[in-house]
Amino acid sequence: MAQVIRSPKTYDVCVIGSGAGGGMAAKILTEGGLTVALLEAGGPVDPEKDYKMFVWPYDLAHRGVGVGGRAAENFGEFLAPNGAWKIEGEPYSSAPGANFQWFRSRIVGGRTNHWGRIALRFSPIDFKSKTRDGLGEDWPISYEDVSPYYDKVESYIGVFGTKENIPSAPDGIFLPPPKPRCSELLIKKGCDKLGIPCIPSRLAILTKPMNGRPACHYCAQCGRGCATASNFSSSQVLIPPALATGRLTLITHAMAREILLGPDGKAKGVSYIDKTTSTEKRISARAVVVAASACESARLLLNSKSHVFPEGLGNSSGQVGRNLTDSVGSGGEGYFPNLEKMPPHNHDGTGGMHMYVPWWKYDRQNDFPRGYHIEVGGGREMPEAGMFDDLCEEVEGYGASLKATCRKRYGTTIGFAGRGEMLANPGTYCEIDPDVVDRWGIPVLRFHFQWGESELRQARDMQETFKAIVEAADGRYLTRTAIDGPYPFGIEAGGKIIHEVGTARMGADPKTSVLNSFCQAHDVKNLFVTDGAPLVTNPDKNPTLTIMALSWRASDYLLDQAKKGSI
Amino acid sequence: MSAISRRDVLRNLAIGAAGSALRVIPAEAAALAHKMIETEKAASVAGTYAPKYFSAHQYSMLLVLCESIIPRDEKSGGAIEAGAPEFIDLLSSENEDFQAVFGGGLMWLDNLCSDRYDHVFLECTPAQQKEVLDLIAYRSNAKSDPTLSQGVAFFAKLRNLTCDGFYTSKIGIADLQYIGNTAVVEFPGCPPVPE
Repeated sequence: MAQVIRSPKTYDVCVIGSGAGGGMAAKILTEGGLTVALLEAGGPVDPEKDYKMFVWPYDLAHRGVGVGGRAAENFGEFLAPNGAWKIEGEPYSSAPGANFQWFRSRIVGGRTNHWGRIALRFSPIDFKSKTRDGLGEDWPISYEDVSPYYDKVESYIGVFGTKENIPSAPDGIFLPPPKPRCSELLIKKGCDKLGIPCIPSRLAILTKPMNGRPACHYCAQCGRGCATASNFSSSQVLIPPALATGRLTLITHAMAREILLGPDGKAKGVSYIDKTTSTEKRISARAVVVAASACESARLLLNSKSHVFPEGLGNSSGQVGRNLTDSVGSGGEGYFPNLEKMPPHNHDGTGGMHMYVPWWKYDRQNDFPRGYHIEVGGGREMPEAGMFDDLCEEVEGYGASLKATCRKRYGTTIGFAGRGEMLANPGTYCEIDPDVVDRWGIPVLRFHFQWGESELRQARDMQETFKAIVEAADGRYLTRTAIDGPYPFGIEAGGKIIHEVGTARMGADPKTSVLNSFCQAHDVKNLFVTDGAPLVTNPDKNPTLTIMALSWRASDYLLDQAKKGSI
Repeated sequence: MSAISRRDVLRNLAIGAAGSALRVIPAEAAALAHKMIETEKAASVAGTYAPKYFSAHQYSMLLVLCESIIPRDEKSGGAIEAGAPEFIDLLSSENEDFQAVFGGGLMWLDNLCSDRYDHVFLECTPAQQKEVLDLIAYRSNAKSDPTLSQGVAFFAKLRNLTCDGFYTSKIGIADLQYIGNTAVVEFPGCPPVPE
């Protein structure tokens, strides 16, 4: 039997996961003088091989849909690498009726390689929403605690946007936004008629050179990975400066299996599988920062059982894996005859929307709590497989008339995506599947997931609003959704929006929370969790910016504690 | 082939981003990368195509059907010129679901033609071929005649994939007059809307 290989040196910190949370921790901790071993379950990023910037669909034999057309379900062949709903040999299960979908990226930088770059601050009320409506839990910290870290993150990674003074969508430190696209001007006109704000979006893409990175070249392909690093990814913006300190040891293909507990009740290191040799190895460290993504981190804690923590490390509260939420997602599209008049022009812009609709009904009585924002897309985008599916279904037929219709209707469709706040509920959580292990022998997660009435009402409101905006902009709303069945009002399956958070939430009370307000485990003081898991609520703001702000804050705290010798 | 490879260009782009003295301007590098891809493509144009999955007979049917869905017109070439049949054949060779849908669908179409006209599809007259396509191109026909429903479903999938093959091709993208996939210094915004 192969012997476990132990690292000869003891690192100050072992960070698990190299995405938004782990990358940020690695940067701040190494720059603060600590030695860090960073474990990443996937391989390194190779921009020249992995990034398909400027590649046309016809440059690939499969035209973007992949072998057997199967890449289409994972957003196509063009997406920045190694993200998938299913990873061979690394399954997860869903309890009957849950149908949870889990998108994982095994690669340096994780899901920041392909993410939508939407960088929205949580608002003051998002930290204290229980105080306002009595639902869920308040955060143990307030906007004022996080705001300085939002400033730091935005100043370092670069986010464009505009000052708007909207209470539910706080302004940040912004680069100038790009000009709106035709499609977005049209939607803004419709929104203006309805009194709905439509403002420049806030994306982590450089419209000016910043911190040694050149400005965006407006090819609209952020999701493919950017060879000039003009958008934010952990792999290009956080890991390189950490490596430059000389204090970071990046270990790829390292699948963390268990956090090891010392006799003093503190974490003493991490046991991981070296995927390249299928052998178990151990890293010794004085502190452990878990940032493997909310559910993966919960899995690691739950799998780290000991006589002290029979229910999993740091889980005396029983809350690890609980309070799982994703964003409420529902989409639709409209056809705008006015766009047929537009002359051909370059509509690419940045990856993602230049304009969006922040939540605007925060001061009203709605039939659901909390809120959602609306993302806008479409117009004269680069043609891709699937672009004419809906049109074909609408007009049917074939031949010269079909071709003429495609030509006329190209670029005249605008899509809408609502992204709303889900309330944590007792029926939605992840746990260890008692029967299944992955190919590395590590027990896998089993998901339980259900939408509540609040979320369904939110999805209904989204559909009604999309339709109203489309009609106010002289368009025709094309989407029809069922009012019942598994996905009423077009609500997506849990996990589909890839905003899963909450599985090791922070709180003032160790009985009902896993972490304190610095993302430090109540039970184990040299253990931190700095991905989406600490989030107490999951407001209608995509979580990545907040994950980075909290990770920076936790890392500053860890540095301070290390200096004082209390870790 | 140029002495500089696409690999070099992308590497320089990445180095430029990291702050090296070698400052490749993204626009120039992008144009170069694009030109090289074009050259590689031109060099690899094959002669006659040997289907990977479909029989010769089925592939002949596929050619006719794809070209019927997106024909050549005064503005651009059709589905065959765009490589749509090769694209569908490639995917079908790799996916059992596609094999059932398209392989089975083509046989279904021959069976229908044999029943109606005593000839397989390719041996039918152009008028007969048009008659069956007009039947299976619309969902409403399957409502009035349920025996057509499988054919309608087959044709709908073929129509989608033919559009995919055509509109992801060079001529299909040109047909739509898409402009972009290039580096620009400033995003120009929306041009004036004609009244």
